[in-house]
Amino acid sequence: MSNTATTTGSGAADLADVSRDDSSLRRFLHGLPGVDQVGAEARAASLATRSIKTTAKVWAIDTAISMVDLTTLEGNDTQGKVRALCMKAARPDPSDASAPSVAAVCVYPDLVGTAVAALAGTGVQVASVATAFPSGRASLATKLVDVAEAVNAGATEIDMVIDRGAFLSGRYLQVFDEIVAVKRACGTAHLKVILETGELVTLDSVRRASWLALLAGGDFIKTSTGKISPAATPPVALVMLQAVRDFAARTGSVRGVKLAGGIRTTKEAVRYLVMVNEVAGDRWLSADKFRFGASTLLNDLLQQRHKLATGAYDGPDYVSID
Amino acid sequence: MPGKAKTSASSATAKVPGRRGAATGAVAQPAARLAVRKTYKLYIGGAFPRSESGRTYPVTAADGRLLAHAAQASRKDLRDAVTAARKAFGGWSGATAYNRGQVLYRIAEMLEGRREQFIAEVGDSEGSSSAEASAQVDATIDRWVWCAGWTDKYAQIAGGTNPVAGPYFNFSIPEPSGVVGIVAPQDSSLLGFTSVVAPAIATGNTCVVIASSSRPLPAVSLAEALATSDLPGGVINLLTGSVSELSPWLASHRDVNCLDLTGVARAERGDLAVAAADSVKRVYAPDALDLAADPGTGRLAAFVETKTVWHPLGV
Amino acid sequence: MTTFPYAPAPESRDIARLKPSYGIFVNGEFRDGRGQSVKTINPATEEPLAEVSEAAAADVDDAVAAARAAQEGSWSRVTPAERAKYLFRIARAVAERGRELAVLETLDNGKPIRESRDVDIPTAAAHFFYYAGWADKLGYAGFGPSPRPIGVAGQVIPWNFPLLMAAWKIAPALATGNTVVLKPAETTPLTALTLAEIIAECDLPPGVVNILPGGPEVGQAIVDHPGVDKIAFTGSTAVGKQIQKSVALSGKRLSLELGGKAANIVFDDAPIDQAVEGIVNGIFFNQGHVCCAGSRLLVQESIHDEVVAALQQRLQTLRLGDPLDKNTDIGAINSAAQLARVRALADAGDAEGAVRWSPECALPERGFWFPPTIFTGVSQANRIAREEIFGPVLSVLTFRTPQEAVDKANNTPYGLSAGIWTEKGSRILWMANKLRAGVVWANTFNRFDPTSPFGGYQESGFGREGGRHGLEAYLAR
Repeated sequence: MSNTATTTGSGAADLADVSRDDSSLRRFLHGLPGVDQVGAEARAASLATRSIKTTAKVWAIDTAISMVDLTTLEGNDTQGKVRALCMKAARPDPSDASAPSVAAVCVYPDLVGTAVAALAGTGVQVASVATAFPSGRASLATKLVDVAEAVNAGATEIDMVIDRGAFLSGRYLQVFDEIVAVKRACGTAHLKVILETGELVTLDSVRRASWLALLAGGDFIKTSTGKISPAATPPVALVMLQAVRDFAARTGSVRGVKLAGGIRTTKEAVRYLVMVNEVAGDRWLSADKFRFGASTLLNDLLQQRHKLATGAYDGPDYVSID
Repeated sequence: MPGKAKTSASSATAKVPGRRGAATGAVAQPAARLAVRKTYKLYIGGAFPRSESGRTYPVTAADGRLLAHAAQASRKDLRDAVTAARKAFGGWSGATAYNRGQVLYRIAEMLEGRREQFIAEVGDSEGSSSAEASAQVDATIDRWVWCAGWTDKYAQIAGGTNPVAGPYFNFSIPEPSGVVGIVAPQDSSLLGFTSVVAPAIATGNTCVVIASSSRPLPAVSLAEALATSDLPGGVINLLTGSVSELSPWLASHRDVNCLDLTGVARAERGDLAVAAADSVKRVYAPDALDLAADPGTGRLAAFVETKTVWHPLGV
Repeated sequence: MTTFPYAPAPESRDIARLKPSYGIFVNGEFRDGRGQSVKTINPATEEPLAEVSEAAAADVDDAVAAARAAQEGSWSRVTPAERAKYLFRIARAVAERGRELAVLETLDNGKPIRESRDVDIPTAAAHFFYYAGWADKLGYAGFGPSPRPIGVAGQVIPWNFPLLMAAWKIAPALATGNTVVLKPAETTPLTALTLAEIIAECDLPPGVVNILPGGPEVGQAIVDHPGVDKIAFTGSTAVGKQIQKSVALSGKRLSLELGGKAANIVFDDAPIDQAVEGIVNGIFFNQGHVCCAGSRLLVQESIHDEVVAALQQRLQTLRLGDPLDKNTDIGAINSAAQLARVRALADAGDAEGAVRWSPECALPERGFWFPPTIFTGVSQANRIAREEIFGPVLSVLTFRTPQEAVDKANNTPYGLSAGIWTEKGSRILWMANKLRAGVVWANTFNRFDPTSPFGGYQESGFGREGGRHGLEAYLAR
């Protein structure tokens, strides 16, 4: 991942002051251009009509695989399941070494150590959700302990959740300060800030939350926990990609976007890559700057990869279940 | 004729108590009071100018008596009238429909008060009996009332929402086309005039009207009533004179949006319609004007544009 | 070198079922016209697509006679409810052969398959479906208790939306009980002739719809024909005026849908990303060959630079090229003549001191192409701010106050459409009220729907197409 977003609240000089106090932050966030929902949806739908075939599809599938944060976030997760997931992350297609490994494995903090051991030397990152995932309903102190444990266990990426209650009630500075504190607790680990857009409801809120997270120093902004529906949707992804694009144009700092929840098919993943390409630009077309948080998506990508390689449609028995 | 008291101003004398019958010329009485005659002028931008050309033309009654010398408008008067109509358009079209309705009703009130004057003038102009003339005047007043009622209803019957297949709210409304050039009917001097003018302004247009060439006087008197009602100057601009001289200038004027050829004989409409095409005017040329029939909404519809507005429905 | 190059994704040309030759459709039969034989070409490649034998004046006579006979005979005996069912049939058949029509349209017109497939053809089918339902409900339409057809409608349509314009013309005419003689544009006759085939397959009585490919002289013959009761024309204002003159002496009913020079007005509180999409869609949809195109961008001075920069960035993602490629956004200019006109007006923009900008994009060597182009520094007096270019050329002007925006927007003899972008509701309605245009898109642009009346103020024409209002132009007064 990039090192551009190293300082808390980094950005151009004109943004330095916006987090001075609650009213400055509110003024800034509410001064961002509005998002017309219908227009955003129409744009997202129009991008979805791109036809990605043959060589473009081959490239898109491998790129998508390399962007997957292979995730398991269940109460009944076991060390064995995490180890199996790590095997698959490092070598998604045992029969074809040319298939790229995924970007990261994403687990709860108590399983970070297991994943770190299993992935040693593979280059696959270990990501951990933290900060009282998924609800975020805990004291800041508890959240920071949660983060510290994951980092100490070897997680190189932390996926935090914002306090949606605070955000929706307009306590922006509280959310900002919390992200700043978590970022500090991350040390060198990269921070992905989960906005839980399904709870923010409007695209205006998604835009404001995106900027808030970017201003506070998040390396990535991430749509969802995967525990709330709707999770990642094309219009939400559009608005978040616009946010990182505009943030980069204004500050020079290129931050990432992670879409999580509900993306299960190659077709959807490829459409999102088209969106990344045309909305944010090709600087974002790498695992450094764009991720899919997913579990079942990987198998569909692999099946489509088989299809392109062999010309025959694949079946679910030819990929491993998690 | 000169020397006789019965002139176009006869209704004014008739209204004076004790003067009734003065015109019969009883020998032993003191000389009858000399009536004050009216100068019939144009009505442009709320003012009553003479023609800039200085021209007038004699207007006679049906029986050949001279009624007055009316102003004979020139193309420059017409140009000024169009300018006045355009200037008034923003205010009149922007007024609330309720306000326009009140103004039109006020016109009816003003006419009711001058009912006797108009009966006399219409009778003189058209050679009709007093009963016929009063029927015309009554119908005229009632037509203004009818149109007054339309101002805030027409948009409701001509407009509406359109259920488009998408997340949009979409509605259509009629809006006035702009400046309407009207050639008023040649025969019906007051009711005909009202029947073409009132619907045009009811929807918010302003107009330039060429009155009946041979029977212009009731229209000029109507303009005097308009000036004392609350109608803003320039909403109705009245020209008297030669239809054949003026109408080509009206038809070709590029700042006139619509052309109503009701008062032009069918054989003469073609050239005017051709001239109107140069600025894509809406041309309205009905076969006949049946003043006794229900006027319908045709004239309201003739000079409006449908505007359709789209807006997304989102949160 | 882009990171993610899209591989070519061409739609199959075979789907169009192109025939070597096409003729005229009169009285239910296809035959050769007695006019000249012309080759219709693919404007993207300049390759001939098919031979079309055009109509001559004698064919117009035949078509009008057939339409008259049908109007007074077979078609008048069809009950309104059955008339509706014929139109529903056509709607379904157009949808059924949608892909074929889309490919054919793209070949003949040069527009991207994405647009013909997603806009032109589905909207054409929807138009028939909408008006079908009116056929037996006309008494409720507000045009009197027992509405009557006018008679024979002569219809002349343009090349920018060939099938869609045919649907816009034919559907309301038939729903109201008229019969039709329609002339498609000379450069784009193929989908109208395929529609004729569909109409024949739907078993409409012969003569109800007659299609006569041909040039301006065929159009003039229809306009002048004494057997025609109503003329409906969509095309340039210059030709519209000529037609209005032609019918002035005849008493024929007339509706005109002419040119435009729409202002797309962007305020500083607009949803900028959607406004940029609206601007792009407004002027580059269909290569700007759209009468209601948002060809004048009026942007509030304080956000001029920001909007232009965003627009330039967006234009770099537009894909110009093979119209059959499913990823193409900008197709070919329809004809050499139109390309010459677009070039001449763009050159006038240069000469008048406006600043021209286009994204880097390679134009194909063959065919008629013009890159998406933005002129900044345009003044209200420039030709590119006043004349309809009918091409992918946007003129950018600025304003400071809402009143100035209204004044500039209305400062044109046209009045077809306008766009407003602002998040302030009361301003939207104030602007919508002041703008002298038949269609006002607020926070959107270039949306069309069969239920939504379309048509202009002033020199953009008169009469409305679409919706309940669209019936009026085909009903006797």
